[in-house]
Amino acid sequence: MLDPMLPEIFQITRVVKETYDTFTLEMRPSAQRHTFPFEAGQFNMLYVYGVGEIPISISGDPGHTERLTHTTRTVGTVTKAMQALRAGDTLGVRGPFGTAWPVDTARTHDVVLVAGGIGLAPLRPALYQILNRRDEYGKIVLLYGTRSPEDILFRKELEQWRARFDLEIHVTVDYAGDVWHGNVGVVTRLIPKAPFDPAHTVAMICGPEVMMRFAAAELLKRGLSADCIYVSMERNMKCAVGFCGHCQFGPVFVCRDGPVFPFARVQPWINRWEI
Amino acid sequence: MDEHAFVLERQHFRHLLAALQERGYQTIGPTVREGAIVYDVIESDTDLPVGWGDIQDEGSYQLMQRAEAALFGYTLSPQSWKRFLHPPDVRLWQAHRTDGTFSITPAADEIPRCAFIGVRACELHAIAILDRVFLDGAFVDPIYQRRRAHTFIVAVNCGQASGTCFCASMQTGPAVDSGFDLALTEVIDAERHYFVVNVGTEGGAEVLNALPHREASAEEIAAAAQIVAATAEQMGRSLETANLKATLYNRSEDPLWDEVAERCLTCGNCTLVCPTCFCTTVTDVTDLSGAVAERRRQWDSCFTMEFSYIHGGSVRYTPKARYRQWMTHKLASWIDQFGVSGCVGCGRCITWCPVGIDITDMARRLQTADQPLGEAR
Repeated sequence: MLDPMLPEIFQITRVVKETYDTFTLEMRPSAQRHTFPFEAGQFNMLYVYGVGEIPISISGDPGHTERLTHTTRTVGTVTKAMQALRAGDTLGVRGPFGTAWPVDTARTHDVVLVAGGIGLAPLRPALYQILNRRDEYGKIVLLYGTRSPEDILFRKELEQWRARFDLEIHVTVDYAGDVWHGNVGVVTRLIPKAPFDPAHTVAMICGPEVMMRFAAAELLKRGLSADCIYVSMERNMKCAVGFCGHCQFGPVFVCRDGPVFPFARVQPWINRWEI
Repeated sequence: MDEHAFVLERQHFRHLLAALQERGYQTIGPTVREGAIVYDVIESDTDLPVGWGDIQDEGSYQLMQRAEAALFGYTLSPQSWKRFLHPPDVRLWQAHRTDGTFSITPAADEIPRCAFIGVRACELHAIAILDRVFLDGAFVDPIYQRRRAHTFIVAVNCGQASGTCFCASMQTGPAVDSGFDLALTEVIDAERHYFVVNVGTEGGAEVLNALPHREASAEEIAAAAQIVAATAEQMGRSLETANLKATLYNRSEDPLWDEVAERCLTCGNCTLVCPTCFCTTVTDVTDLSGAVAERRRQWDSCFTMEFSYIHGGSVRYTPKARYRQWMTHKLASWIDQFGVSGCVGCGRCITWCPVGIDITDMARRLQTADQPLGEAR
């Protein structure tokens, strides 16, 4: 990357409406590069012409470098403008930035993925990679908590994965409504009963900060060491390369040193107010 | 001080500016404007603050007339050299919309070659710290890099410290030690007014050779050394840096933060005058037709609510969290991030705080609170 502040132009090839307020964009890499290699857990800065730029984690399969996939929720000015984009439209892309989920070091171990809400999107690339080399891992467990049944992300894929016998998926919702017969309550409640061997497990957590804090606490209670628990942190970001200062979290820059951290690295800070 | 030094007489000082200008440099140095000494373009030695000094204390800054006609008789400008290397507002790129898509062109703004005249020891250290931030990491900031590469530095040793100076504590001054092309010490005695010159680079030697100068005598070198040594004794403030990082980390939830927050206006003055505070934000704008968009990068401050905003609200929504972030970053987490403290002891944040909050006083109180039980509190 010659100038890390300069976006490249990517064309949208497909827009998928996931839920009422989430959507997935598939893009073709810029003419200069043809492919977009990245690691599971990394993010890009996406720019909507004339509106602004925001960091979003990559949600696609790292094995498919011919396309770039992002899934996001419509929450602010930029994501609202992004939601209006259609196939053929273009976006500015800078990246990929940041650290990756420990997919390689997790080999031979059981893997627990704990996702909260849109936090499932940044974890999906790790799950793709693990499933591509399924025989190299022990038990695989996905614990996913979301607001309501209508908020369940990647529903079809979850159903396909659920049909596999080598992958355990538990979904829980905060508000069940009339038709939901599954778990109700916060995702951390699923951790005590989840089938994995705490002595040989790597956990990857992505969701709201408070959820990650409690999920990590539950995993520690089950006997996982803080070095085997990974979290993906979120902070305001303007540059993604350690220059703007916005993403500081105690001694680290989330863009440069994260977003994926071993829990041990953020543990001293995550329980203090307003870090 | 280097034993091999030269003498430039006061009446020849204008040749230094001329020689730099002949070499294509825009000469930037101290000049009196609106009741302060600021760094701006200077054409000749008459633009310098001849005979002016400054009095600085917490929340207060005042110019004063000195008895002698020193060119560098003041301590520090409110603004640091940061604004020339890391501009307060700079265009990053422009985008042009055509046929339903757009293209991006990097900003091709012309960058002036600048010669900084009168850079203090603490300010040289501040520039070295910005080098670590923008040049020494995994990514390089091309804007800073291009400006920095074109800079000629004439450092000037301090002949006096102000009431808010504590460079001696931070080991960043008052003696200029490295990072300059030429370093001067201004000497004024009963008969003479001259500069003792040390050469830092080949470029510096080349410029010096274009000026009327001669070898300095042992007495002249000693006189210059004596001036800097006397300045070291005048520090208006001090800061104990041993274990300071641990103290700030340990005391992150100390009630002292509530106290300082009662005074802090979260105005961000301290971050603007700080020679190392580097945080920025970006602004995306379009022209009225929507055909051209651009992104600008502007200085930002960790004292604003927007700084830490993520969906749902600001992470640091109380003034105490924002003051703590600034001070902890400056004196503690900076060391983890860049291997050095982010503070050079220039004292600007103390002088320019409208309510006179003193970072050295705050550090001292936290250090006292951090003493193990049984020791003085």
